[in-house]
Amino acid sequence: MKRFLKPFQQTTGLARWIMLIGIVIVFLFIIVAIFADFIAPYGFNQVEVDGVRFVKQAPPGPGHILGVNDQFYDIFSRVIYGARTALEVVLLSIILSLVIGVVLGLLCGYVGGWVDRCLVFLMDAMYAFPSLLLAIVFSFLLSGLMKGSGIISAALSLTVVYIPRYFRVVRNTTLSAREATYVEAARAIGAPNRTIMGRYLFTNVIQSVPVIGTLNAADAISTLAALGFLGLGIQPIDASEWGYDLSRALDDAASGIWWTGMFPGLAIVLLVTGLTLIGEGLNETMNPTLRKRRFAAIVLPERKPKAKVAVAAEVVTNDIAESAYEEIVDDGEVKP
Amino acid sequence: MSNGSLPRYILQRILLVIPMMFILLTVVFLLLRVAPGDPITASVGGKLSPEVIAQKRALLGLERPLIVQYLEYMWNTVTFNFGETITDNTPVLNIIRDNGGATLTLTLGAFAIAVFVGIPLGRWAARKRDSARDTIIRIFGIVSFATPIFFVALLMQLFVARPLGLPTSGIASPKIMFTVATNPTTHVLLIDSAIQGDWGAFGDILLHHVLPCFTLGMMICGVFIRMVRVNLLQTMQSDYVEAARARGIHERRVIKKHAFRNALVPVVTVIGLELSMMLGGAVLTESSFNWPGLGTKLMHYIMARDYVGVQGIVTFFAVAVALISVIVDIANALIDPRVRF
Repeated sequence: MKRFLKPFQQTTGLARWIMLIGIVIVFLFIIVAIFADFIAPYGFNQVEVDGVRFVKQAPPGPGHILGVNDQFYDIFSRVIYGARTALEVVLLSIILSLVIGVVLGLLCGYVGGWVDRCLVFLMDAMYAFPSLLLAIVFSFLLSGLMKGSGIISAALSLTVVYIPRYFRVVRNTTLSAREATYVEAARAIGAPNRTIMGRYLFTNVIQSVPVIGTLNAADAISTLAALGFLGLGIQPIDASEWGYDLSRALDDAASGIWWTGMFPGLAIVLLVTGLTLIGEGLNETMNPTLRKRRFAAIVLPERKPKAKVAVAAEVVTNDIAESAYEEIVDDGEVKP
Repeated sequence: MSNGSLPRYILQRILLVIPMMFILLTVVFLLLRVAPGDPITASVGGKLSPEVIAQKRALLGLERPLIVQYLEYMWNTVTFNFGETITDNTPVLNIIRDNGGATLTLTLGAFAIAVFVGIPLGRWAARKRDSARDTIIRIFGIVSFATPIFFVALLMQLFVARPLGLPTSGIASPKIMFTVATNPTTHVLLIDSAIQGDWGAFGDILLHHVLPCFTLGMMICGVFIRMVRVNLLQTMQSDYVEAARARGIHERRVIKKHAFRNALVPVVTVIGLELSMMLGGAVLTESSFNWPGLGTKLMHYIMARDYVGVQGIVTFFAVAVALISVIVDIANALIDPRVRF
């Protein structure tokens, strides 16, 4: 736990605030997603209550605090359930791409050879290709293959986009770590390859993954919404999806109806901002070129009468040295 | 060191694009042809008799071994023969010619807006780190990056288009579409109208560009702000900048003459990446504004499940991405002599 919190403790000033705001926002969305059934007054595909249809495109007011959209859905309930869909898809895709990307990257970086070269080629090409286009092409293919499972096919098309990002980072760090002294030492004491990869390389290579992970999650939320907007994502009866609702709302805009699109849109912006803030904060503390550390307080010795100077100076300098040592150790990797 | 001449570097870089193109095309082929499912049945199955479908299959050569299809695909791409669409029998090349211009002017306009807004803002923010304006600009950068294009489009249509009387749909008014677009010389409407000397039409088309370009530009603007800010901050910590400061040069001049140029080098690389990422954003912008570009066409053929149409347009995008990367690298070499060696 302490190790987990360490990056947060190391932050200072603005970076800490940025991260804190991000964490609060994301935490809120997670709560909303988990307890959607209790928060939302209606179901995400409910169009009537007690046999009475909701009023089409009713403005925000009593009964429907955010209004009703053009498909007779209650917008507040759609926004709440949308959080669940978004987090489900993104979590699934990030975990999948993380596992595949990290394992492939480790293996390629450590083993090398022609498999490595081919995969690097393939991953580079996928990385160079505009990510949204890649996701579009994939969901086009998947929608032909698997019908009805909107959430899984959406998650899979996002997974494909993010595998290369982990792969590249992990492979490159593995490649440079492979020749490091500690790996050589492990090899010298007879550690099998599996141990070297799993224990020594993995823990060192994984360092940069949290930053990429949160930034990818932010990206994944917008990409999912983009797919939904283009009509490639999840269908409205299967689950509530913000992007799809926005695409419907675009037609309302011409007639001045703002509430159908405003709220799902704001939900996307807020969640993506929250995740980006966390990523940004993490980046600022973990990236040494950007990091600003708190300076250890310098305690000046009090002026003492001349006669005692020699003794006092010795004591004080020891004190300073000790306190400075503690500060530095507290602050992180910098050792005296 | 002496052999690092510029022409030689450019030649090298152009030669390097061949493997990249090769890989991109292979990926496109693998995605669209090797994936299970029959393109013809998917698009026109149910509407046509089995005989016609078999005929269409034979025409596309889908019965032949994959490796033959692959080689043919590669050869066709090299010779710019992207085939005819299944659903409406249009040569893909015509689609690219007729709709490419709209996508081109959209992306270029958006790019210009992003450069002229993003770079000065990033530079202004970096000048005083962690000050109030730095914080505000950074938040603006993050939020503009976090806002999906189609939401910006919606906000524009709701709150900007009406008061300013800006058009929100299409690239020109229907009447002008009729006069200018039916009589194309370059297939870029803006240029066509200028060539025809029809300045009323030119103004109308330009006005149609405002909202879409601004919407797409906002997306990359945030990235530019971040990149310029971070790189400038990093450069400002380097020794030579410190030395310039120590010589008593005014801080403003230090940034302008010493730090900014060097900080721009990595930004140019990112600009290149962003340019290709913009193709994805262009698809969204075009969908939001009924823009008659390639993205709209791509979505049209995706909805029609027309494999040839999708493959043709995606292939063209892949080629464009590869070309952009070359151009950016050459631009980088022109700015920064270190790259050439």
